[in-house]
Amino acid sequence: MSDLVAKTALAAPTTAAPDQDISILSIFLEFLFIGATSFGGGVVAYLRDGLVDKRGWLSDQEFVEYLAISQSLPGLNATNMAVLVGDTLRGYLGAITALIAICLPGGLLMFAVGIAYHQSGDNPLVTAALKGVAAAAIGLILATTIKLGKKSLAHVYDLVFVALTVYGVDRLHQSVPRVLVVVGIIAILWYRPRKTKGTTQ
Amino acid sequence: MNQLAALIRVFSYLSILTVGGGLAAFPEMKHLTVDVHQWLNFEQLIHLYSMGQVAPGPNMMMIVVIGQWAAGVPGALVVLIAFFGPTAVLALLIGRLWKHLEKWPWRTSIERGLSPVSIGLLLAGCLSLARGAVTGWMTALIAAAVLLILLLTRLNPAWLVLAGAVIGGLAFGPVKL
Repeated sequence: MSDLVAKTALAAPTTAAPDQDISILSIFLEFLFIGATSFGGGVVAYLRDGLVDKRGWLSDQEFVEYLAISQSLPGLNATNMAVLVGDTLRGYLGAITALIAICLPGGLLMFAVGIAYHQSGDNPLVTAALKGVAAAAIGLILATTIKLGKKSLAHVYDLVFVALTVYGVDRLHQSVPRVLVVVGIIAILWYRPRKTKGTTQ
Repeated sequence: MNQLAALIRVFSYLSILTVGGGLAAFPEMKHLTVDVHQWLNFEQLIHLYSMGQVAPGPNMMMIVVIGQWAAGVPGALVVLIAFFGPTAVLALLIGRLWKHLEKWPWRTSIERGLSPVSIGLLLAGCLSLARGAVTGWMTALIAAAVLLILLLTRLNPAWLVLAGAVIGGLAFGPVKL
C-alpha cells in the first residue's frame, strides 16, 4: 500500500508535465506500428506490449487504469486508449497523432479490401470462403466477450444486469441507448457508494 | 451530398453506442445501414464485419468500406471522422476529468455498474451477428471450434479465421470434393 502511494506521488508530476523526450514522431511511429501489426483483434494486448514493455511510457498500473476508463466510455477500447495515452504523453497533439496512427494501417487495408470485395464479392469461391470467415469471427468475438466477462464480472448480480441488457436489445428490440441508460442507471445505483461499517472517513 | 449527410448522421450516432466495444453498436448498425439506408445488404455487412475483426488496428475499420460504397473517397473520410471524432473528444475530456476523480466514490460505482451492461451489449451484438453468420451445422461447428480453441490456447485468432476461410471455401465452394 505504501508502495502504491509512493508510486502515485512519483507519477503525479510526470503526468502534469509530459516528458518532453517523447516526440510526436515517436508517438506516431509506435501507434502506427501497433496499428499495422495487431492482426487477429485483441489490439489491447499489443498496446500493452508496446507502451508498457517496449517503450516504458506507462506503468502497468496506469495501463489498467486507462483501460478501465476506456471501457466505461463509448468508443472502441483501442482508439480510447490511443487518445488517453497520447494526451498523457503530449496533450491534444499527442492524442490526435496516436488516434490517426493507430487507425491508418487498418483503414487503408480495409479500403483496399472493400474495393476488391466490391469487384469479386459475388464470386462463388469468395462467398464460400467468407461464409467460413464469418463463422470463425463469431467464435472469435464470443471468446473475446467471455474473456472480458470473466475479468470484469464479479457478482451474481452482474449476470442479472448482463441478462437484462441482452433481453432488452435482443428480445424486446429496444434501442441500444435506451437499454444503456435504463439498465446502466439501475446498475450504477445498485453499486452506489456505501459507507463501510466501522470506518470513519 | 445527401448521402454524406446521412453517413455523418448514422456514424456519429453509432459512435456513441460503442460502449464496451464496436460490437455493441452492431444491431443498430445493421438496422441503419442495411434496412434504412440500404448502403449494403446483411450478408455483405457480415462479411465486412468479420474481415474487419482480423484486420490490424481498431476492429471497426470496416466502416470505411460502407462510406466508400455509399459516397466514394469523401464518404470513407466522412465516416471515419463521424465515427471516431465524437468518442475521441469525449475520451479526451472525460479522461482528463476522470484522472482527477480518483477519490470520487461514484467513479467506482460507474465503472462497476457499466461493465455488466457493456458485456450485455456485446453479447446482444454477438447474437445479432450470429443470426446471419451461423446458418447451418457446418458454420456452427466452425464457430464452436474457434471459440473452444481460443478459450483453451493462446493461438493468434488470425490463423483460425484463415482456417475458417479455407474450410468455408471447401465446404460451400463451387468445387465439391
